[in-house]
Amino acid sequence: MASIKFEKVIKSYGDVNIIKGLDLDIHDKEFMVLVGPSGCGKSTTLRMIAGLEEITDGKLYIGDRVVNTVHPKDRDVAMVFQSYALYPHMTVYENIAFGLRLRKMAKDEIDRLVTEAAETLGLAHLLDRKPKALSGGQRQRVALGRAIVRKPSVFLFDEPLSNLDAELRVQMRAEIANLQKRLGITSVYVTHDQVEAMTMGDRIAVLHDGNLRQVGSPLDLYDTPANVFVAQFIGTPNMNILKMNVSEDGKQLVHADVTINTPDNWKEGVEARKGKEVFVGFRPEHVRGSEEHEWKNTAVINGKVSIVETLGHEVVVHMSLDHEKKEFIAKMDVHKTPQLGSTVELHINTDKLHLFDGETEERL
Amino acid sequence: MKFQIASPSHYFTDLRLPWSRHLNDWPEEHFVEVARGIHRNVVKFISHKDQVYALKELATPIARNEYRLLRELEELGLPVVEPVGLVTHRDENVSAAQSNGAAPTTSVENRGLLITNYLVGALPYRIIIQQGISPEQMHQMLDALAELLVRLHLSGFYWGDCSFSNALFRRDAGLMAAYLVDAETGELLDELTDRRREFDLDLAHTNIAGDLMDLEASVGLPGQLDPVDLADSLVERYRNLWAELTRSDVFDPEDQYLIEKRISRLNELGFDVEEMEITTVDNGKQVKMVPRVVEHWHHKRRLASLTGLQVQENQARRLLNSLNRYRIILSEQDGRDVPLPVAAYRWIAEVFNPSVQTIPHELKGGLDDAELFHEILEHRWYLSEASGSDVGMPFASKSYVENVLKKRV
Repeated sequence: MASIKFEKVIKSYGDVNIIKGLDLDIHDKEFMVLVGPSGCGKSTTLRMIAGLEEITDGKLYIGDRVVNTVHPKDRDVAMVFQSYALYPHMTVYENIAFGLRLRKMAKDEIDRLVTEAAETLGLAHLLDRKPKALSGGQRQRVALGRAIVRKPSVFLFDEPLSNLDAELRVQMRAEIANLQKRLGITSVYVTHDQVEAMTMGDRIAVLHDGNLRQVGSPLDLYDTPANVFVAQFIGTPNMNILKMNVSEDGKQLVHADVTINTPDNWKEGVEARKGKEVFVGFRPEHVRGSEEHEWKNTAVINGKVSIVETLGHEVVVHMSLDHEKKEFIAKMDVHKTPQLGSTVELHINTDKLHLFDGETEERL
Repeated sequence: MKFQIASPSHYFTDLRLPWSRHLNDWPEEHFVEVARGIHRNVVKFISHKDQVYALKELATPIARNEYRLLRELEELGLPVVEPVGLVTHRDENVSAAQSNGAAPTTSVENRGLLITNYLVGALPYRIIIQQGISPEQMHQMLDALAELLVRLHLSGFYWGDCSFSNALFRRDAGLMAAYLVDAETGELLDELTDRRREFDLDLAHTNIAGDLMDLEASVGLPGQLDPVDLADSLVERYRNLWAELTRSDVFDPEDQYLIEKRISRLNELGFDVEEMEITTVDNGKQVKMVPRVVEHWHHKRRLASLTGLQVQENQARRLLNSLNRYRIILSEQDGRDVPLPVAAYRWIAEVFNPSVQTIPHELKGGLDDAELFHEILEHRWYLSEASGSDVGMPFASKSYVENVLKKRV
């Protein structure tokens, strides 16, 4: 078992810094998800753990050992890819065992390790079967068996589900997360899909442009995003963000389309920004029609309905503002769906606002 | 729906086909049966205007990436399947005719279709081995795959999933040539670091052992070869070739001929030297030479420039040997050195074309002209050995048709 620690790690290609001084602690037995848009540095980070990318500066620890110069084979990590194919003429046993046979391990030892892995994966009764006799989920478990049979200290997953269809992907998310819990092996999982990140990770590290923007539990990131980037990256649909002015007395947040009385919990943060701009965020589920909520503190916002997406029990309504060429989104009851093109008055739950500095975009 | 077509020779936009449906939902009548390997993804083959195309169903970002990579690798002149096109946005603006009026059973939201040209004459390893090959030919396949991986690495390509399953093999003047057919996991970098190169080789080692163990479990391996030994030998072959192509040499400044010798050896292996870095070391007592080998298919390009023939590397080597021999004969006949371009022109007209033209089309069995010519040369050698004197190409060609090709049919 092993923890992983990045200490001021920099990765550069020539003059370009891809990772800009990463500090990150991944705890022993933790399932850490690295998430971010394309080019944010998440795969490079994973490859540095695997030893496939050299570290330009800083230190990387696996356990107590600095591994900057340790060869990939000596790091005791296993990469799990999207590309595992099962061999059709080999049994489940042979499909799990072949990597050990390649390492010329003794047959008794192979038997012991395969049996143990199969029991962990719930495949013990299927060892004599061929892949075609397995369900999609069972096949994926056999593929995972190849990785776990080596008993690595760390699992590294590089977008392993990206080519699966939607149904199998959801099933496999649960499989991998449950398996990781059962095995208790430190795991680092890279994805660009924030839904995957939210549903799988013990903690999530959000990367953007080579910087770690926030690390925390899925709920931490959702409820208290540390900056505008995380606020907008985590959650579907995205959080609404408006640039507003703090009134000179600090009592109100003002936009041409909406005025909000500064909530008590933000007064301290707003104090130093009187007369300045701030970013105000509110999630789509915190915007409702006047008859749809029992919120205590609200602000009124008007919008012209431009798109309505029906999700079954609720609708996602896109609305344009009057005075700014910008849209905001509300999640509403399917029975209260407004007409396309109509202008509606909605309420924002001001107890659920998120405030960010107008310049640094960091949370107040 | 959006079509991107890569090659002007394949305007493949037959909209009568149900592009907006998942490949699993296409009617079987659209597909043709060809020799194929095992695929992780849904792959089907269709015929259009006398060409066969492979269609592969993938998540759109992966399909886009593979399409782009195959195009870039092709532009670098590397042996890969020819990318023909990419179909995306398959669920947008689709007419009832395109979806055949039926609701698709599998969603194509965010699914792309990659279209590649079916490589004529190339076969998956499984078919080649099932048809029966000698241990020597098995080793030739490993050589071909090791060479392919070296070439890709020299060009900065990280494959990420090198295996027998992800390559096709074509006969190449008695040897084998390997082609990359699956680039889903690849990345094209400015330069591949040693760590990533080693990791790629390690993945290849594992995958090839798996491919061969699977084959051992179904039809067996030629000569009871051991899959682990074969997988290990791939690594050794790769390392030997890589070392040969990239090692630096230190020699005495007086021994300048060693530079020529090294370049000649690299050419012999089918590679060209783009740049040679030569520095003095040990206070000028020694010279260090580091070749930068980036281009390849030396013989192929040499033959093409002389004759216009587009063939594979080993075929080109063989054909160039034949051309050089013919040049010597011509020079002896004329009593002067015949320039190589002149000899090339006459060799094509007097040796190559007459030989392959004796072969009826229906007997060619899918072999291209260069491969047939190579086989005629082989046949001539056997006949000449048996008779104790050279039988000549016209006789060898006729005998090859009567005694080899007709018996193959």
